[in-house]
Amino acid sequence: MNLDSKVPEGPIAEKWTKHKFNLKLVNPANKRKYDIIVVGTGLAGASAAASLAELGYNVKSFCFQDSPRRAHSIAAQGGINAAKNYQNDGDSVFRLFYDTVKGGDYRSREANVYRLSEVSVNIIDQCVAQGVPFAREYGGLLANRSFGGAQVSRTFYARGQTGQQLLLGAYGALSRQIANGKVKMYPRTEMLDLVMVDGKARGIVTRNLLTGEIESHNGHAVILATGGYGNVFFLSTNAMGSNATAAWRAHKKGALFANPCYTQIHPTCIPVSGEYQSKLTLMSESLRNDGRVWVPKKEDDNRTPKDIPEDERDYYLERKYPSFGNLVPRDVASRNAKAVCDEGRGVGKTGLAVYLDFADAIKRDGEELISAKYGNLFEMYEKITGDNPYKTPMMIYPAVHYTMGGLWVDYNLMTNIPGLYSLGECNFSDHGANRLGASALMQGLADGYFVIPYTIGDYLAGTSYEKTPLTHEAFKTAENKVKDLMKKLVSIKGTQTVDQLHKKLGRVMWDKCGMSRTEEGLKEAREEVKKIKEEFWNDVKVLGTDEELNQTLEKASRLADFIELGALMIEDALTRNESAGGHFREEYQTPEGEAKRDDENYSYVAAWEYTGENTAEKLHQESLVFENVKLTQRSYK
Amino acid sequence: MNVTLKIWRQKNASDKGKFETYDMKDINTHMSFLEMVDVLNEKLEQEGIEPVHFDHDCREGICGSCAMYINGRPHGPQKGTTACQLHMRHFNDGETIVVEPWRAKAFPVIKDLMVDRTAFDRIIQAGGYISVNTGGVPDANEIPVPKAMADEAFNAAACIGCGACVAACKNASAMLFVGAKISQLALLPQGQVEHQQRAERMIAQMDAEGFGACSNTGACSAECPKEIDMASIARMNREFLKAKVGSDQIEVE
Repeated sequence: MNLDSKVPEGPIAEKWTKHKFNLKLVNPANKRKYDIIVVGTGLAGASAAASLAELGYNVKSFCFQDSPRRAHSIAAQGGINAAKNYQNDGDSVFRLFYDTVKGGDYRSREANVYRLSEVSVNIIDQCVAQGVPFAREYGGLLANRSFGGAQVSRTFYARGQTGQQLLLGAYGALSRQIANGKVKMYPRTEMLDLVMVDGKARGIVTRNLLTGEIESHNGHAVILATGGYGNVFFLSTNAMGSNATAAWRAHKKGALFANPCYTQIHPTCIPVSGEYQSKLTLMSESLRNDGRVWVPKKEDDNRTPKDIPEDERDYYLERKYPSFGNLVPRDVASRNAKAVCDEGRGVGKTGLAVYLDFADAIKRDGEELISAKYGNLFEMYEKITGDNPYKTPMMIYPAVHYTMGGLWVDYNLMTNIPGLYSLGECNFSDHGANRLGASALMQGLADGYFVIPYTIGDYLAGTSYEKTPLTHEAFKTAENKVKDLMKKLVSIKGTQTVDQLHKKLGRVMWDKCGMSRTEEGLKEAREEVKKIKEEFWNDVKVLGTDEELNQTLEKASRLADFIELGALMIEDALTRNESAGGHFREEYQTPEGEAKRDDENYSYVAAWEYTGENTAEKLHQESLVFENVKLTQRSYK
Repeated sequence: MNVTLKIWRQKNASDKGKFETYDMKDINTHMSFLEMVDVLNEKLEQEGIEPVHFDHDCREGICGSCAMYINGRPHGPQKGTTACQLHMRHFNDGETIVVEPWRAKAFPVIKDLMVDRTAFDRIIQAGGYISVNTGGVPDANEIPVPKAMADEAFNAAACIGCGACVAACKNASAMLFVGAKISQLALLPQGQVEHQQRAERMIAQMDAEGFGACSNTGACSAECPKEIDMASIARMNREFLKAKVGSDQIEVE
């Protein structure tokens, strides 16, 4: 298989402009003859659906939630990056590009990242025009803050609810097109298969979650904007419903899955408190702007934080990384938290937590200013833990948060299946092995508002207006396959609940394919996941039927895919004999314990091809070429 | 701690529905309310009883999915908190907790604690946005917005669309929800262009959906998990009145 990234020729700063000119156009009067299916209504999906409908295409939009406004982009807290340089502090498109490539540990595609930085400035303009209430200065202009992995202030924010405000902006644009009749909205509808005819994506099969009905939808192109796969780990900061099913089923139809082992562990989450825990809650990384991370110098120090004097505290990030301090990128912050806890210096009941202390910031800026910046986060923390962060330091610990891997796409965001696109967290393209804070929102909206509206025309211009009829055999076969699968899940009638099995999978993945990995551990995990898969198909218990609203069945169908994806993550992690960003193999580290890349042998995108139920996935490599950024050992010292 | 749950069980929209009683033993007080329901559901599934269906997703108090009365109050007893962020430490050992779905004509019950809130989406579709297409917009700093206005717009925009306001209101009025969106956009310069049609259309849709009128008791704001201010309703009424009797109306053919 030839993996053609379709990156245009020419200097990096001119690629996108030139490419936009070279892309074929669809005449305005002809756009209405094309139907586009968009799955997912988060930032990428909602912005794509709205923008494509504005252009004149007919869009069908799908989400599993009861309303498109509830997609998990809503929960993003900290902010969105853009190279506006409003602060006059030396930011530029090139600097954002550079920071993102470096932050991704040189495992992303230069041209995609440059384009992302380039359009980042348009996103802020667009959102302000939609009425997104970003934070402002007293003069009425937009405020910025800094974020991990950057030395400029380029992050725009709306208190700690930036994702919510951006999503509601995109949801407004989507709602307007629903009212205009250009988007047909299907809430509480889950995509369960991709339909292909003559090697091209021509439709999807869905399940109506209210009735259990299996239905087909046809279109000239299919866009997957279904988010990441962090819930493989059971416990993550993802929403309970976030799942990989649409992407995974497309993978099983031939779409390559790239870099599955690149998972991001976010350093500032509320620690796990017990077995019953259903999810983990993130505390925005922006807190590290003012909070200082520390643990006691002594091991097993059981004193309360206020009883530990200043000189017996270890502000380990400030000590080890004097220039970035508490603002080192996420992967570095997470690994260091794990390291101090492994040394026995962790705090809290479980010893799996570190302090994030605001005492100095409150002394310096006053409680009022700190509350204006982080008030809602402090409140959320207090609600969950019962502790008041104004009085006592927060306790935090890393948790699974984001997945950099995803469906392989070319520069046009098309997968290797013609007519199948993937946007936002669902694809692999822009963050390499580690995503910088406030870049997920940027990528979701860049893909949806400013990339896909251009690139999809190039494909559609060469596609006939005819749609595949729903009576076509390809639809019938896919429908029957989905129906059989659903029937099978309710007929197993085993003894273990879906959550029990999911927790088992999560534990294996977290212990052996989580924050740090070893060859030995991964090989054990491979066997354990195999066993969990067997248990699942022989012993899962799903009550009720497939022909009605059945939340347990929904979860079971998603878990079936998480198990297979988990197995691929393990294979990918085993194959990548280096450490890079979120993928840390203990065998490969620098003397200081930092991730040690092997650029000679692993400077490639690992794109996996599904080959069948019982055969190993096949690895394809897209080599990464760096013409504008010099590869160095990432240093934040 | 131990609690007794009385939960509304209803097979589907046409089923009459009734309360079922479940005893919960040894509940950890650090659990969230929904995690406690998860524990109940695990137990029910083990016993071969269908689990309690309820909407939930982010469990961070921001997606607005979860929606239930807990002891007669939308999202339960803690102020400014969604059901998913409510923790068991706010209940007493031995307490009986009554759990029901939203009760409002415009929010029909789907199953157990799940209701249909698509009426809210239709109200937004009627005009809860600024009609700009992607691209061709001015620079984000071109129009300064006074900080106080931006902050006030944010306060209104914090609405999560959960429906607690409707559930709290004896008239099942949606005015706090509608008022919040109208306020947000009316406060910002970008929203001025369409402020009249927006108020008229959204309010017409609200009425068409069967939500009740407002009698200013303030239960909506008191129970709102995001503590949206009643001023939103006043602002909405002002926008509506301006649209109806204002002098800047232009007849457009």
